[in-house]
Amino acid sequence: MDAAVISGAGVVTATTELRHALETVVDPEIPVLTIADLGILRDVTEADDGTVVVTITPTYSGCPAMDHLRREIERVLHEHGRERVEVITTFDPPWTTEWMTPEGKHKLDEYGIAPPRGNTATPIVCPRCRGESSRLVSEFGATACKALRVCSVCAEPFDHFKEI
Amino acid sequence: MSSLTRYVIRHADDNLILAQRLSEYIASAPELEEDLAIANIALDHLGVATHLFDYAAVLRGDDNSADYLAFLRDEREFTNMLLVEQPNVDFAHIMVRQLFVDAYQQTLWPALSMSSDRKLAGIAAKAAKEAAYHLRHSRGWLIRLGDGTEESHDRSQTAIDNLWRFVDEMFDSDELDEEMRAAGTGVNPTELRAAWDHQISATLDEATLRRGSDDYQRRGGRTGFHTEHLGHLLTEMQWMQRSYPGLEW
Repeated sequence: MDAAVISGAGVVTATTELRHALETVVDPEIPVLTIADLGILRDVTEADDGTVVVTITPTYSGCPAMDHLRREIERVLHEHGRERVEVITTFDPPWTTEWMTPEGKHKLDEYGIAPPRGNTATPIVCPRCRGESSRLVSEFGATACKALRVCSVCAEPFDHFKEI
Repeated sequence: MSSLTRYVIRHADDNLILAQRLSEYIASAPELEEDLAIANIALDHLGVATHLFDYAAVLRGDDNSADYLAFLRDEREFTNMLLVEQPNVDFAHIMVRQLFVDAYQQTLWPALSMSSDRKLAGIAAKAAKEAAYHLRHSRGWLIRLGDGTEESHDRSQTAIDNLWRFVDEMFDSDELDEEMRAAGTGVNPTELRAAWDHQISATLDEATLRRGSDDYQRRGGRTGFHTEHLGHLLTEMQWMQRSYPGLEW
């Protein structure tokens, strides 16, 4: 893979319009986030024969949303008149929460899930009361990417999107 | 089948069979959070297995899919190590089995992430991050169980004593391992042993538990000679594809 394409910000290629269309595809588990917010959408290119090649990187090995996302990507591209679509799944380099956009983190927080921190030395902030003290109940929450915590300030449970 | 294909399938088998064993236990854990944790860990192992089987299917280049490799091979064709097919018995057995595998995979995946085969390296790099979470979980439980009540201590020690005879096999290096290592594709499992021993000893010390006996060691999984338990596991896991070959969701 081209090194420029995988550098954090997500370099937009010649197929800008298709990429913008794909940026509307949402994660079925966390519907406030798009695959662009999550950093799952890595690259959109066009092959010589007109095939649109979309590269995605799963968040977790067993992410059950991947088949759904592949179908959604194909559907959106078909709607844009592109019949020949190839969706490539790559683990190299592995997905990291650092690829989540600031916009995505903000949306997560508003949705009630504490976003992954850029620096794990900083406190996890309760999305309900902004309390900065909480207790880990389980490292494995309702989905692989989330841990379950309880806020020590307002006593409400909340999900935390784990740094990985 | 090429050596690389057999190598990829070997690691896929380990993860598929362990995922199936963990899945059997979902809804039976001592607390809801633990059901979620075991389901998540099983899903991680299943995900790794799926990606490895998908890759193996591409390498084979025939019409057989990843589903064929998982659901339509027979017991003798499975090359998983014996440890992962051992039955759940009780929560202590599940956690000891998991601790042994997690400590092994915590050294295996980072080593395989350096593989000259970029596809295998990518899958391993992803799995390495997940293995770190798994190990924290099983390690935490073993310490709580071992250093808990008399009963939880005794059950944990019994599980260690029962499962210790499957430890050496994890670190056996056979011809395929040597070939893959020489090619820069794989690792020598024997070289992973020191880190595993260190991790296990530190955990068991903290848990007030002791290591099992090295006197009697079982092996054979890598050549398809399994304990009686794998056949029963496959009977349940493969039933759907056996009854309705080629079925897709």
